Amino acid sequence: MGQIVLEQVTKRFGDVTVIPPLNLTIEDGEFAVFVGPSGCGKSTLLRLIAGLEDVTSGEIRIDGKPSATIPPAKRGLAMVFQSYALYPHMTVRKNIAFPLRMAGLDKAEQDRRVTQAAEVLNLTDYLERRPGQLSGGQRQRVAIGRAIVREPAAFLFDEPLSNLDAALRVGMRLEISELHKRLKTTMIYVTHDQVEAMTMADKIVVLRAGHIEQVGSPLELYRAPRNLFVAGFIGSPKMNLITGPEAAKHDATTIGIRPEHISISASEGRWPGVVGVSEHLGSDTFFHVQNTGLGESVTVRADGEVGFKYGDQIYLTPRADMIHRFDAEGLRIA
Amino acid sequence: MARSVTTQRKTLNTAIAWGIGLVLFFPILWTILTSFKTEAQAIADPPVWFFFDWTLENYRVVQERSNYSRFLWNSIIIAGGSTILGMIIAIPAAWSMAFVPSNRTKDILLWMLSTKMLPAVGVLYPIYLIFIQLGLLDTRIGLTIVLMLINLPIMVWMLYTYFKEIPGEILEAARMDGAGLREEILYVLTPMAIPGIASTVLLNIILAWNEAFWTLNLTAARAAPLTAFIASYSSPEGLFYAKLSAASTMAIAPILILGWFSQKQLVRGLTFGAVK
Repeated sequence: MGQIVLEQVTKRFGDVTVIPPLNLTIEDGEFAVFVGPSGCGKSTLLRLIAGLEDVTSGEIRIDGKPSATIPPAKRGLAMVFQSYALYPHMTVRKNIAFPLRMAGLDKAEQDRRVTQAAEVLNLTDYLERRPGQLSGGQRQRVAIGRAIVREPAAFLFDEPLSNLDAALRVGMRLEISELHKRLKTTMIYVTHDQVEAMTMADKIVVLRAGHIEQVGSPLELYRAPRNLFVAGFIGSPKMNLITGPEAAKHDATTIGIRPEHISISASEGRWPGVVGVSEHLGSDTFFHVQNTGLGESVTVRADGEVGFKYGDQIYLTPRADMIHRFDAEGLRIA
Repeated sequence: MARSVTTQRKTLNTAIAWGIGLVLFFPILWTILTSFKTEAQAIADPPVWFFFDWTLENYRVVQERSNYSRFLWNSIIIAGGSTILGMIIAIPAAWSMAFVPSNRTKDILLWMLSTKMLPAVGVLYPIYLIFIQLGLLDTRIGLTIVLMLINLPIMVWMLYTYFKEIPGEILEAARMDGAGLREEILYVLTPMAIPGIASTVLLNIILAWNEAFWTLNLTAARAAPLTAFIASYSSPEGLFYAKLSAASTMAIAPILILGWFSQKQLVRGLTFGAVK
């Protein structure tokens, strides 16, 4: 069981407040992703939960038990680090068995669990190697193996995929999601990559400067971002944010429209413009449209077969029901 | 384009390196050569190089006159003991400075180093009196403690710099995996720091082995190590150069051999592949 509750948690390093009072509940079995730009306090928050840092004030309850006096090892949590943090002098087998050895399990039980974890993670052939002889993806799997053998109440992942190349990252993303579906254990995953957040999370926690900007499912955040920050952060390519007279027409200071909710046409539409750079992904093409009179350039997502060229005169039309409105404080207008 | 070094340049570099190496090694070479000469040849002017009557006479005389093995045993106990004792204190100290530093850590490190700047003779008198009081004069345990204290700053400094290189995340991982402080140091930190610990141990053995000021001043007979053994052949009068050289060669041989064989271990790093 792994419900994690943060109540009025704060963290200060000297005079610098990294986490102002913060409340958050992560339900048992949930896959929660902390996402935000670097320096937003997401890793610090994870380390507070892990017990690697002490809270300045407030309370963290794991399974209903206040954790302030419980050392990291006794919290029943397992952590996967960005750098993998494998023990370089131990074989893969010994790396994975280390937490079991620390827990004082007998040798037979250790072997049984290591073998089982190795099977799950396709590491059986590598058990006698050292971390230095493994590829990045294999090292990451060893780190995960070391976490799962303990059967923890919750897993903590600190940007585990950011050292992997793009192709491997997609693969590991799926493996971790798969693992969550199978183990049904609480997972807290820290990343700065909103794609990872969107694809893996049950619940996304968007952080900025230690504040929670919004908590919700990926689609809630996508459909109804609570403020300009979340609107700009979630979704790729970024939402177009338009101010000025066009926004005023909608009784708002700023309006937002996602690239995929704008149609592009050569003959007619609401906003005239000129095609700038286009990025062809094959399935989709992103057009960066200039001279729309809306301020900055507008990004439009179109079908991969749409063929406008640099300098073409075109017209854009936003979908009326997909326009997000924000007030002068940057908050969403319902 | 990759930087290319011409053959001439390489040859020159090699020659210079050999030149410097020979200059550094020359005193030891000369001592060893002299130890095989007769006393007359040892002080001959101009000096004789390789073409003399090689003799083992000096070694025989030195063996006869003094009990080499007793001095050797004392040296081993004092150098080894002070190193072991020092490491027991230095490893946890360096650990705490490297991984849980406080605002004062840098100051403490510099303060420790500053004690090395004090001339040893400045504290000879108080330490001598303390030794008399405690009955430690001319004992191996007393000498072991003094040499440990003298070299402790260097041990802590060396270990501190090695520990600094170890990624903190690995120790945090150990903590998450259920290791207490003892297990963390014993099973994770120490094995990873072995190259660093090995070179610290070796350096400390060499320093303790060669330490002459305290070993000569605080011992007489019972606890006297090899430095005293050499000193006993250093006499202002009489023809003793060849015997002195033989004694010196016998004294430095063990440490020379130890250094030669541990070169490889010192260089090899174990920490690769842990991170990234």
